[in-house]
Amino acid sequence: MLLEDLSHAFGPSGCEDEVRRLLARALRDKVDDLQTDALGNLIAFKQGTGTQPRLKVMVDAHMDEVGLMITRIEKNGLLGFRVVGGILDRLLPAKGVVIGQKRLPGVIAAPPVHLTKPEQRRQVLPIDQLAVDIGANSEDEARELVKIGDYAVFDTRFQVLGEDGLHAVKGKAFDDRMGCAVASALADGEYAVDLYLSFSTQEEMGLRGAMVAAYRIGPDLAFAFEGTVCDDIPKKEDVSPTTEMGKGPAITVMDRSFVADQRLIHLLIEVAEANGIPYQFKQPGVGSTDAGAIHLSRAGVPAVTVSVPCRYIHTPVSMASLNDLDHTVALMRATLAALPEKWRAA
Amino acid sequence: MKDLIKKLTEVYGPSGHEEQIRETIRAEVEALVDEIRVDTLGNLIVRKKGTSGGKKVMLAAHMDEIGLIISYVDEKGFLRAQPVGGIDVMTLVGGRVQFADGTIGVIAPENRGEFRKEPDLARVYVDIGATGREEAQGRLGQVVSFVRPFTDLGRRITAKALDDRIGCAVLIQTLRQLADSPHDIYFVFSTQEEVGLRGARTSAYGLQPEVGIAVDITMAGDTPEAPKMAMKLGAGPCVKVMDSGMLSHPGLKDRMIETAEAHGIPYQLEVLAGGSTDATAIQLVHSGVPAGCVSIACRYHHTPSEMVDMDDAQNAVRLLVALLEKPFEL
Repeated sequence: MLLEDLSHAFGPSGCEDEVRRLLARALRDKVDDLQTDALGNLIAFKQGTGTQPRLKVMVDAHMDEVGLMITRIEKNGLLGFRVVGGILDRLLPAKGVVIGQKRLPGVIAAPPVHLTKPEQRRQVLPIDQLAVDIGANSEDEARELVKIGDYAVFDTRFQVLGEDGLHAVKGKAFDDRMGCAVASALADGEYAVDLYLSFSTQEEMGLRGAMVAAYRIGPDLAFAFEGTVCDDIPKKEDVSPTTEMGKGPAITVMDRSFVADQRLIHLLIEVAEANGIPYQFKQPGVGSTDAGAIHLSRAGVPAVTVSVPCRYIHTPVSMASLNDLDHTVALMRATLAALPEKWRAA
Repeated sequence: MKDLIKKLTEVYGPSGHEEQIRETIRAEVEALVDEIRVDTLGNLIVRKKGTSGGKKVMLAAHMDEIGLIISYVDEKGFLRAQPVGGIDVMTLVGGRVQFADGTIGVIAPENRGEFRKEPDLARVYVDIGATGREEAQGRLGQVVSFVRPFTDLGRRITAKALDDRIGCAVLIQTLRQLADSPHDIYFVFSTQEEVGLRGARTSAYGLQPEVGIAVDITMAGDTPEAPKMAMKLGAGPCVKVMDSGMLSHPGLKDRMIETAEAHGIPYQLEVLAGGSTDATAIQLVHSGVPAGCVSIACRYHHTPSEMVDMDDAQNAVRLLVALLEKPFEL
């Protein structure tokens, strides 16, 4: 399964090479052109079958994931680090990580319960008191293996949790390898429109890759795909779950980075209902996506974000439903098929 | 001009949902212009062709107003919301909001005592009189604006959305009063300013003007215990020198000052510590655009009852007409 390989791939922001190589291999025979731009975005082009002038459609998913960067090597061989992208300090202690594409294993050091005073048990250790332990005996030994500026990601195995029901899977980096899985699945179809599949870099650092990719492509309209926040575990209060797992693709109406194009929202709803595909709206106002950068490119691009709900994103392990992934791909295939005609009418 | 301002301020048009206000403005300007179009992000772009010897000028006033977006509908049919633009939660409670279809909602806090101690949008809901989730579910993702009538106080006026419908009114009046101009002028009624100057950025990229001027409100420092700011109501339109997003082009700023002095138009200089305008976005497109801003001093900004002085608005029109009726160099 491509999603499994994508989830295992090493790709924190600014170091997306492995994800890009994996996607390039998967797409090579399915697209008409494949390019890597100055910021490392992988842009695949699939020529449409319709007559000219053809609509130029950009679909985007970001390759990068949240991770760590090694910032200092201590006398005792422990490695200080900072986070790359948003990770809560309290999620870090005692997690397994791998450093660099050679995957040097390490553990984020944490004191055991025996050495913890009652009041300390409620406290979160700040990141400057944490370190990655690679089992090195000394600074010199550590320096042989690691350099300042090396990246690390969580060491998490992808697993299928059940073939029935939600068909749930768990793994790291579903934000946004789930979106990469959606975008790459679209390469299998034939469409009337010209399709640009943009796998972008550095989303977690401020939508940077998508900004320049959109400028290069100059699309007529754009879809961003995400593995997005899903907070549907039981709660005391009657509050929004943001999205719900198993209820289909989540359409963004507005988030912190953009207001979605009304015509594209209505098109997605119309296509979903015509094809019996479940869908939901993501709680407005939460998060930012590449659509935020894309819609402001040049003289403006109509854009919308479609997401696969993923529990526990930006943690060592997230969970999602393959049914939601399948429904998102189905919705997007049907939408791309409907596009030229429906867009002219909109 | 008051009738125009009343009409503009009472129309619904939060960021990203400017259709109604756009149609209202279109009806006011359609007969006066050489070209009119709506771009990708919904900006209304109106062109008044220049005779010759002038510059390509973009004037921008934003159509959108702040509001709330419905983010959740609970079991009992109460609506939760997230901000659209800079909302001050304290000013919401007890007020009313309207949906695009005219439906009205009331805003209430869960617990008044708690709310007094810590105003928090998460502890506030919109009540549209629904009796359960079923009846209200369709509101998810819809956007509301404040409801508050325009009120004429004589020399001064108060209304919701004077930020920036007063700027839209100034642009419309300028268009009406400007006879032939050497400049090719694009009047842009922009979208999504309140969520990050978004409409101005893409419309400026598309137009690639030689000069950009925003017309917007600025904060007045003339109320009891107000932060120390020089701007006050009734002292004339403000020529912006700087705000938190932009240093005005010095040449353009000087042309504005010279024009005001030559025509006996009162003006004040503006240095604004917090906030910014469409001019900030215009200034940074392509390889840069000389940009400035004419501001109207406004009290109680981002509340349902903003207040401005009519003399300032009228003098802003005079200043723009006088500036644009002749060629200028920067």
